[in-house]
Amino acid sequence: MPAAVLPPPLLALRQIRKRFGATIALDGVDLTLRAGEVVALMGANGAGKSTLVKIIAGASQADDGELRLAGDPIRFDSPRAALNAGIATVHQQTSQLGVPGLSVAENLLLGRLCSAHAAAWLAPATIRQQAATIAAAIAPDLPLDADFADLTPAQRQLLALARALHESARLIIFDEPTASLSPRESARLFAVIDHLKQAGIAILYVSHRLADLRRIADRAVVLRNGRVAGEFAAPLDLDAAVRAMVGGALPVRHAAARPPTQQPRLELQQVQLLPDSTPFNLCLHAGEVVAITGNLGAGKSRLLQVLFGLRPLPAGRLLLDGVHWQPRSVAEAIDAGIFMAGEDRWRSSFLPVDSLGARLSDLIALPHLRRLFPDGWVKQQQLDDTARSWIQRLGIRCQGPHDTPDQLSGGNQQKIVLARWQSAPAKVLLLDEPFQGVDVGARHDLIASIRSNPDTAVLIATSDLEEALEVADRVLIMGQHTLYDPGQGRDADSLLGQLESLEQFAGALPDHPPLSTTLPMEVTA
Amino acid sequence: MTSRLFTAALPQPTRAPAPLNLETVRRYALFIVLAGLIIGFSWLQPAFSQPANLLSILQSTAVDALLGLAVTIALIAGGFDLSIGATAATALIASSYAMVVWQWGTAPTLLFGLGTGVAIGLFNALLVVRLRIPDLLATLGTMFLLGGLQLIPTGGQSISSGMLLSNGSTATGSFSAAFLALGRARLAGVPLPVILVGVLAIVAWVLMERTRWGRVFYATGGNEEAARLSGAPTARYRVTAYVLSGVFAALGGVIIAARVGRGDVSGGSSLLLDSVGATLIGFAVLNARRPNVLGTIVGAVFVGVLLNGLTMLNVPFYTQDFVKGFVLVAALALTFGLGRARR
Repeated sequence: MPAAVLPPPLLALRQIRKRFGATIALDGVDLTLRAGEVVALMGANGAGKSTLVKIIAGASQADDGELRLAGDPIRFDSPRAALNAGIATVHQQTSQLGVPGLSVAENLLLGRLCSAHAAAWLAPATIRQQAATIAAAIAPDLPLDADFADLTPAQRQLLALARALHESARLIIFDEPTASLSPRESARLFAVIDHLKQAGIAILYVSHRLADLRRIADRAVVLRNGRVAGEFAAPLDLDAAVRAMVGGALPVRHAAARPPTQQPRLELQQVQLLPDSTPFNLCLHAGEVVAITGNLGAGKSRLLQVLFGLRPLPAGRLLLDGVHWQPRSVAEAIDAGIFMAGEDRWRSSFLPVDSLGARLSDLIALPHLRRLFPDGWVKQQQLDDTARSWIQRLGIRCQGPHDTPDQLSGGNQQKIVLARWQSAPAKVLLLDEPFQGVDVGARHDLIASIRSNPDTAVLIATSDLEEALEVADRVLIMGQHTLYDPGQGRDADSLLGQLESLEQFAGALPDHPPLSTTLPMEVTA
Repeated sequence: MTSRLFTAALPQPTRAPAPLNLETVRRYALFIVLAGLIIGFSWLQPAFSQPANLLSILQSTAVDALLGLAVTIALIAGGFDLSIGATAATALIASSYAMVVWQWGTAPTLLFGLGTGVAIGLFNALLVVRLRIPDLLATLGTMFLLGGLQLIPTGGQSISSGMLLSNGSTATGSFSAAFLALGRARLAGVPLPVILVGVLAIVAWVLMERTRWGRVFYATGGNEEAARLSGAPTARYRVTAYVLSGVFAALGGVIIAARVGRGDVSGGSSLLLDSVGATLIGFAVLNARRPNVLGTIVGAVFVGVLLNGLTMLNVPFYTQDFVKGFVLVAALALTFGLGRARR
C-alpha cells in the first residue's frame, strides 16, 4: 500500500529540540503516533524521555521543532491546551491523577466542574449519576463515593483513564504505569490498553520494563542522549532495542561478587520490615555493592530507613561488624558510620538557596559538623578546601565551593550528595534512587566513585533494573517488604538475558494482598 | 538563571570579578539610605546629630531590636512567632505584679519575668512542635491567650504603687531602684538597655553565623527533612528557638517595665508589628534574603532614625505607622521583587 493513501498520523513531531542551560535534553527528535497504535518510548534515565513527554503533554515547550496534530501544526502552551486537543497523561505518581478530599465521582467530573461554563449548582445525585455514566465506559466498579485518597494506585489510573476517555482523549500517555502495580493489576491494565487501542486511541507508553513492552507495544522508539537511537517494529527485537538504549556496547559488568572470605560488614538476620511481612536475611561485605530493585511501595526505601535509624525495626537482628547493633536515631547511625543519601535530593539533602549553609561546601559538611568542629566554631576555610578537593575528585562542574546547587545540573547535584557522604569514612553507605535525573556521563562518574571504596559496603535502592545491573555486584529484588535473591548466573548471559530473568523472577513473586473489596479492573476487552 | 548555568558549564570556569554594579548597590542599599537619612536630618535639623539625640534613638530602638531578635531566632528555625509582643506585655505585667503586689526582691522578680518567657516559649513549642499546629495559627492563639491572661490578676488596670487590689486593700510594694536601673541607668553615658541589647545581638550573631549550632538552626528552618537526615535533633532545635525567642521577648517586657516604672496593660500588638518589621527589613540588609541578626538590628535602627528625624522635623506622630509600613514594603520589594535578577 503506498504511503500516500494513509491518513496523516494523529501526532507527528519533527526535529524537536530542547535545552536546559548547557544541557541539551532533546536534540532533534522525530516521533509519529498513529491512531490505534501502542508506541513504547524507551531510554535510560536522562535520555530525554520525560522531557519529550512533557512537550507532548503541554507541560513544557520545545525550543525548536514542529508538532502536527492530524496534519495541522499546533503548539501547546499548557497541559490544558494539550488536553483540549485530546492528549491525556497518566502520570507515574498516581497521587497526581486526582484531587484527594474529593470523592471519586467529583474527580471524574473534575474537568467539567472546573470549567468556566459549569453550572453554578449541581445536586450530589446529578454528579453521581453523571459520574456513573463516565465510569461505565471503562471502570464500572469504581467506588464512586470513596475519597480519591483512599484509592489504590490501580484504581487511580482507571479513574484517570475514564476521565480521559470522557474528555474525548485521542492520545493517552502512560508514564511508567506498572511501577506501582502488582503483576495481576498490570495484566488488567494491559487488557484495558488493548481495549483503548481497539477504540482507535493512540498510546505512548513510557517504560523500562521489557516484559511490558513485549506484551503490548506495536512499535518501540529508543531515545539516547536526546536523540532517537533506533526504532523497532513488532515483533520487537528487544535485544537490539536495549543495545540502542545503552549505546551499542552493553555496560561493562563488574567482577563477580568478591570472595566472601571477609568479615561481613552488616548482617540482617530474620528482619521484618512490617509486623506481618516475611522475614529475610541479608549480608553486606566491605567493598561490596548490592542493589535492591522492586516496585514502588515494595519496601526498598523502608529498608534503608530502618538501617539509618529513621524507623524502628519491627523484628529481627542487625549485626554491625559482628556486633549486635540497633540504631535508635539518625545521629546514632551516622556516628556508627552508616550513612544514607535520601531519595529526591532537593527534599532530602539541600537547603533553600538563600539560607545560610546552602552553598556546596556547607552542604557537603552538614552531617559532619559535630565531628569536624567539636568546639562549635565553624572554620569556613576548611569546609571550602574539602569541597574543592571533592569538586575535583568527582569532576563536579561548578564555579566553586560557594555555588548553590540550583546552579548545577542534576548529575552534578547528585555528585554533591555523594561527596557529602563519602567525605567521611563510611562503613555502610545507603543510597536511595541515586541516579534520579542524572545523565549518563554523570552516572558513570557516580558509579566509579561508589565502587571505589574497599572499606564501605554499599546498598542501593533503585527502581531501574539497568542501573542496578550496572552499578552492583549483586542485584536483589524486593516485593511485599521482603527480599528475594534471583540468583546469580549473569556471567554467561547478555544484559538482556539478565534483565528478563530478573523481570520474570519479579513477576513470579506473590501478588499484593487484596487492598480493597472493590478492585475494579475487570474490563471486558 | 540560564546565564548562570551556561557559565557553570564552561570547561574552565572563572569567577567573575565583582564590579560596582546594581548587585553591589542592592547589597548596601539600606546602609546607603540610612547614611543619606542621617546626613539629611542633620542638615535640616542640627540638633538631630547631637550625641544625646543619637543615644535617645538607640534607647528607643533597643526594645524593638530585642524583640526583633526574638522574631529572627524563631524564624531562623522555621517558626513565625506572632506572640512576641504579647509575651513582652505579659512579662511586663508579671514582673510589675511580682514587685508591687508580692513585694519580691529585684533578682526574683527578674527571674520571674524571664521565666514567663521560658514558659511561653515552651507552650508555643508544645503547640507547634509536638501538636503540629501550623506556627502562625498556634502563636496567634498564644497571642490572644496572653492578651487576655494579663488582664485577669489586676482586673485590667495598670500596676503601680498604691493601686487598689481586687480584695479592697492597697498594693504596698514599689519598684526597687535596682530594678528601675535596668531601664534607666547609664554606663559611661550609654543607656543600659542599649548595652544589654548590643551584647545580646553580638552573642546571637556569633551563635547563628559562626558556630555549627547556627548552621543547624538555619538548616532546620530551611529544610527540616534535610536537617533530620543529617542527624540533627530538629525538634530540640525548634523548641530551643521558641524558648530563646520567649526569653528575649520577656526581657524586652521587663526593660519596658523598668523604664516606665509602671505595669501598663497592653496587647503588645505595636511591639509585634515593629519587631516583625525590623526582622523583615533585615532581609534586605546585605541582600541576605533570610532572617539574620545583623539585618534585624540594622532594620530596627533604620526605623528608629527615620521616626526620630521625622519627629524632629515636626511631622505629625500619627503618620508614624504609615512611614513604618512604607519602609517595610519598600525593603521587601527590594529583597524579593527586584532580586529576581540574581538567579
